Amino acid sequence: MTNLQTKKEPGSVKDIKSARFAAMTGNNAIAEAMRQINPDVVAAYPITPQTEAVEEFADFVANGKVKTEYVAVESEHSSMSACIGASAAGARTITTTSSAGFALMWEMLPIASGLRTPIVMYVANRAFSAPLNIHCSHDDTMGGRDTGWIQLYSENAQEGYDNMIQAIRIAEDQSVRLPVMVCLDGFIISHSVERVDLLDDETVRKFIGENKPPYHLLNVAKPITIGACALQDYYTEHKRQHSEALINSKDKILQVADEFAKISGRKYGLFESYKLDDAEYGLVIINSAAGVAKMVVDDLRGKGVKAGLLKPRVYRPFPGKEIRDALKHLKAIAVMDRVDAFGAGRTPTFTEVASAMYGLEKQPLMINYVYGLGGRDIRLEDINNVYEKLMDIAKKGKVDKVFDYLTVRE
Amino acid sequence: MKKQMTRKEMPLGTVIDSPGCSREYKTGGWRNLIPVRNAEKCTNCLICWIYCPEGCIKVKDGKITEIDLDYCKGCGICAEECPVKGKAITMVEEKKEN
Amino acid sequence: MLKVTEIRWHARGGQGAMLGARALARAAISQGKYAQGMPEFGPERMGAPMRAYNRISDNKFSLYCAVVNPDVVVVLDPSLISTIDVSEGLNKGGAIIINTPKSVDEIRKQLKLANGSKVYTIDATGISVAALGRPMPNTPMLGAIVKVTDVIKLEGLLDDIKHSFGEKFSGKVVEGNLNSIKQGYEKLNG
Repeated sequence: MTNLQTKKEPGSVKDIKSARFAAMTGNNAIAEAMRQINPDVVAAYPITPQTEAVEEFADFVANGKVKTEYVAVESEHSSMSACIGASAAGARTITTTSSAGFALMWEMLPIASGLRTPIVMYVANRAFSAPLNIHCSHDDTMGGRDTGWIQLYSENAQEGYDNMIQAIRIAEDQSVRLPVMVCLDGFIISHSVERVDLLDDETVRKFIGENKPPYHLLNVAKPITIGACALQDYYTEHKRQHSEALINSKDKILQVADEFAKISGRKYGLFESYKLDDAEYGLVIINSAAGVAKMVVDDLRGKGVKAGLLKPRVYRPFPGKEIRDALKHLKAIAVMDRVDAFGAGRTPTFTEVASAMYGLEKQPLMINYVYGLGGRDIRLEDINNVYEKLMDIAKKGKVDKVFDYLTVRE
Repeated sequence: MKKQMTRKEMPLGTVIDSPGCSREYKTGGWRNLIPVRNAEKCTNCLICWIYCPEGCIKVKDGKITEIDLDYCKGCGICAEECPVKGKAITMVEEKKEN
Repeated sequence: MLKVTEIRWHARGGQGAMLGARALARAAISQGKYAQGMPEFGPERMGAPMRAYNRISDNKFSLYCAVVNPDVVVVLDPSLISTIDVSEGLNKGGAIIINTPKSVDEIRKQLKLANGSKVYTIDATGISVAALGRPMPNTPMLGAIVKVTDVIKLEGLLDDIKHSFGEKFSGKVVEGNLNSIKQGYEKLNG
């Protein structure tokens, strides 16, 4: 790896023994996290824009930097199948994908979660065709939000790196045992070089610890069956058990975040609350666009406008109650998604947030935007327009149009 | 009938944590026809033992001792495959008692 | 107040704008700055016009979007001047650096720039052909950018390129590129 520096940073990481940083793309950062995790098995298939990450990891394997068994599969359906088998056999398992690759895995996604195999998957978010597009929408993982996986979203390469390392701990915890997706924006983050603060290998190794599966296929002393059929008599109980596990994983995710803060100086929660405490106008927005929006919030605050922002990190389990508590005092909220839920007339995150607000005596006014599809640039002025709209709505005391596309030629 | 587990009692992720649990599930009740073996005609060639999908043909010292009716589903493959002229195994209607 | 230096590269696919932008970001980060280097991938095919972006700052920032109001515009292919408005959105007092053997005055006339913007020229293609034997205008341009913006140190850039190119290329190619950067820095006109 290039450009590794050893440097003490003033302030935030002063307690850390040996803070290092590097110039990396999002894909580089994920591959580096994978190298440090040193999983037992990686079965992955390259697809734009995730390709660099698996290529780089394959290099690590070829050059003996990791002890991983790399399974070169012929498709994503096979990569996820191989990962399920490996994970069921007790191996620490990672895969990566995007868009159409994610779609081809689809059949296996609920199987991975239903079998409670703690696979970690990096997804560089990319639009679905048609029309053909290789750039960022959240079609893939938003479509897959109900496949029973834990979902962590990442604003930038740093968060992608940090989430990958935490994902291993979360997935493999005895109280969780669920697969985790780590999502970041294709191209915008996956291909952009920025500064990433890194942990040293030993710290990562200690933090993730050992995978201790309660059951696994290679244990001849205790033979088990995995994936038997369960019909009307048992299927419901299995789903209820899964549902409960996913909801309960929230506490563990927070506990892992606290421990991660101790080794990194970087604090994560269920979501990032940016200048929300005294805010009147707020956005709910995930991944890289939240970064752009934060800059707008800073600008508006400088002008005396009480703007704030909520950036979900943990999308499954969805922290509805916590989000409601963080947003309920606002006058007006815009929920923005880089995906449409065709025919719903509302986007996925709007539906989640509105559902979380249900039952409040006094609800903030809410609007919903689709933005940035297929990598369309979302600019400071676009976000600024949304805040202006919120101020206008709050002034009038009513919403004229709940759902709209932002920056579209009508 | 065996008591069904609650979701809290079940092991994680569809795991069946003890081997051989299919033994607890007696499939003999699925049967309409029952195999009847004529020990005099039977040559103990053991073709039925090879073909029986449920392993119900019990053999000791190279000789068939019984057909395990706890698990025999009455599929009739044993009778179909029996090479003895006039058949050493025949399928007959089972009279089930309540 | 957050100060971020924003750079927009104009080039054709294959001229190394993406590598140039990434190398500049890497060098800035090595020097303890916060920086971004990213291509705008959409139309990037050999010969097609493309853009790449840099942002460099002393402080953290989270601008994950295109550079629309650059402080510096970098043009790797002078033929682009006649097909696209390379100065679009250029900040007041901003600079344009163009790879061309032509004089600053000639280019200024051709660009019809608003007053206040500075124009620089550098024969980056000529330098790279002499130093490397082939037209790779991105490295001389890095030297020119450092001279104009002063946001990173030339020595640091050279060290960084030596290190990162050293992993992939022969000593001769590394030397040629280092030489290109130095000449880009020294021979800048304007």
